[in-house]
Amino acid sequence: MNLIEVKDLTKKFPLGRWTKRTLTAVDRVSFSIPEKPPKIITLAGESGSGKTTTARLILGFIKPTSGRVLWRGRDIWKLDKKGWKQYRKEVQAVFQDPYSAFNPLFKVDRVLTIPLKKFGLASTDEEAYEMACKALEIVGLRPEEVLGKYPHQLSGGERQRIMLARAFLLKPKLIIADEPVSMIDASLRASILNIMFDFKDKWGVSFLYITHDLSTAYYISDEIIIMYRGSIMEMGPVDDVIEDPMHPYVRLLIESIPIPDPSKRWMERIILPKVELSRVVEIKGCKFYDRCPKRMPMCAERMPKLIEVERGRRVACFLYHKEAF
Amino acid sequence: MSMEKLVEVRNLKAYYKTRSGEVKAVDGVSFYIRPKEIFGIAGESGCGKSTLALAMLRLLKPPGYIAGGQVIFQGKDLLKLKAEELRSLRWKYISYIPQSSMNALNPVKRIRDQIADVIKTHEGEIPDEEIDKRIEELFTSTGLSPAVAKMYPHELSGGMRQRVIIAMSAILNPRLIVADEPTTALDVVVQRGILQLLLDIRNKIGSSIMLITHDMAVQAEVVDRLAVMYAGKIVEIGDVDHVFKEPLHPYTSALIGAIPSIREKRRLKGLKGLPPDLRRPPPGCRFHPRCPHAKEICKKVEPPLVEVGRGRVVACHLYVEEEVRA
Ligand SMILES: Nc1ncnc2c1ncn2[C@@H]1O[C@H](COP(=O)(O)OP(=O)(O)OP(=O)(O)O)[C@@H](O)[C@H]1O
Ligand SMILES: Nc1ncnc2c1ncn2[C@@H]1O[C@H](COP(=O)(O)OP(=O)(O)OP(=O)(O)O)[C@@H](O)[C@H]1O
Ligand code: SF4
Ligand SMILES: [Mg+2]
Ligand SMILES: [Mg+2]
Repeated sequence: MNLIEVKDLTKKFPLGRWTKRTLTAVDRVSFSIPEKPPKIITLAGESGSGKTTTARLILGFIKPTSGRVLWRGRDIWKLDKKGWKQYRKEVQAVFQDPYSAFNPLFKVDRVLTIPLKKFGLASTDEEAYEMACKALEIVGLRPEEVLGKYPHQLSGGERQRIMLARAFLLKPKLIIADEPVSMIDASLRASILNIMFDFKDKWGVSFLYITHDLSTAYYISDEIIIMYRGSIMEMGPVDDVIEDPMHPYVRLLIESIPIPDPSKRWMERIILPKVELSRVVEIKGCKFYDRCPKRMPMCAERMPKLIEVERGRRVACFLYHKEAF
Repeated sequence: MSMEKLVEVRNLKAYYKTRSGEVKAVDGVSFYIRPKEIFGIAGESGCGKSTLALAMLRLLKPPGYIAGGQVIFQGKDLLKLKAEELRSLRWKYISYIPQSSMNALNPVKRIRDQIADVIKTHEGEIPDEEIDKRIEELFTSTGLSPAVAKMYPHELSGGMRQRVIIAMSAILNPRLIVADEPTTALDVVVQRGILQLLLDIRNKIGSSIMLITHDMAVQAEVVDRLAVMYAGKIVEIGDVDHVFKEPLHPYTSALIGAIPSIREKRRLKGLKGLPPDLRRPPPGCRFHPRCPHAKEICKKVEPPLVEVGRGRVVACHLYVEEEVRA
């Protein structure tokens, strides 16, 4: 059975107080995360594509407009108190901005030991303290240097690693990590990504790694899901998708990733839209229609379904719909 | 490429006064930029990249101040110019695109009027038709719809606003454009379009561009020469191909070894520790506490920036000849 299964998940937000119009932040999204083997699955996409909203839906922070989030086959909105507690222990979160996730009045030792006691993983203060020290060492921090500090006395990278240590302490099955390295410098970022590897390999923790950085996604993940304006455009094993993208949007995206090698510079020119407004317009056809170099008349009419084109590889584009021709 | 220097920075120092001591954000930095060249400044967050740009252009605000050095632009020291002379250089000779400039446009003033203000400040009263014609030409040649000029910034997406700002920086054909992290926080597709726009501007009007970004992959895509900063100092300068192929400074190697690429999968190596507190930088080489090659001398003596051939300079004891040291 899948650890998490997301089915036709949709979230609409009202566009304003005085209008009935809505913005579809997440649009009929479906995918699953198996319990075993542990995997790192990347959820990628440009800013505003709906990654964080998807994460918040999975974590049960917001209620879907339609569709469901299943945990071990059970709808998370129908769990009893005990089930919910178990869920909150198995699925941990590390956020985009680690600062906002901390209580500014708690020192690091409390940030780490409180959840241990809440979930009954440590019976005494000493035991909790010892577990906290160990978790800090795993994420490459010296306990004696950080335990007595308040969040504002730590660097962004240190806060990020403490969040990982905290998530790790509860021995979760899955960590949902929303841009955990986006505000961190290259030299430190590599260490944090390597910590995620170790969590997976040594401790069997899966990740839903949310990012707009496809180079790091390629580096650490097993599978990738690429979203655009709320919908999944393409998903599959990360090597297949990055090395040989199928969807026209994903192709454009991958060709635009800068390569850290001056001897392999971009040769072709790209053309960006001549105007792009800040407000979003709801479209009935393919969401990439207005920018797609391969568009066909039918693409404006309806939204292409996400279909399996190879084992484990799904694409939402009429170019890959056999029955369309 | 010509060996002339459009701008030369000599031993520039810019500090911030704080209650807990002076932050030596830029501490004795020297380099030059050639005409028509794209010169990159790389280095991690807090190493002093933005402070360097602000100090060069004399835009540093208190508690920041210039503690010494020269910035020679077309034979004159910018740091000695009168405020008025300096103002007349802005936009016309030197344009500056600040970090997070996307939000720098006035949100409730039409884009056309904001550009018109810049033109009028430098060229006096000019008929509206002529201004509109110039804006239209500028927008068409930079891939923007002329209709954008009639809009308000808040109506446009973030990437679109950034493209307007970059196009605008070229309106008076400046000799130098200083762009501080112009693509950070934008998607890769928009980022690529913006970098292409900067290259186009260089090719069309022949400006030099100083491109500040911590993103080494972006540096690799567009710059001609690259300077790497660490803790307020430049540690290495060279042609970008050479720097990537054969980084000299251990910090540059570490930085390059830590970036993932979709062209190759290899285990990335992180770097131990954190950059120093710039109020109390370590003695000797500022990188020595994190350096895998640190020797005794590195803990005590600051390595000078020395030339090691082919226009490459590096500040590291591994490259200082014994006799120079003595
Ligand atoms: N609470 C909310 N109310 C209204 N609109 C929202 C809300 N949360 C998100 N949105 C909108 O939903 C869309 C998707 O937002 P989301 O934060 O999920 O994107 P994202 O992919 O995480 O982007 P980023 O990379 O910038 O973090 C955006 O247009 C956003 O403005
Ligand atoms: N107003 C200020 N007062 C005191 N210190 C400051 C001030 N502004 C910057 N600094 C410090 O000066 C140093 C250099 O900052 P600067 O903004 O130049 O770095 P940067 O390389 O541009 O970083 P980033 O990549 O994050 O933009 C940092 O240590 C910073 O904390
Ligand atoms: S469905 Fe049509 S418009 Fe959409 S990506 Fe495919 S070809 Fe392009
Ligand atoms: Mg987000
Ligand atoms: Mg900066």
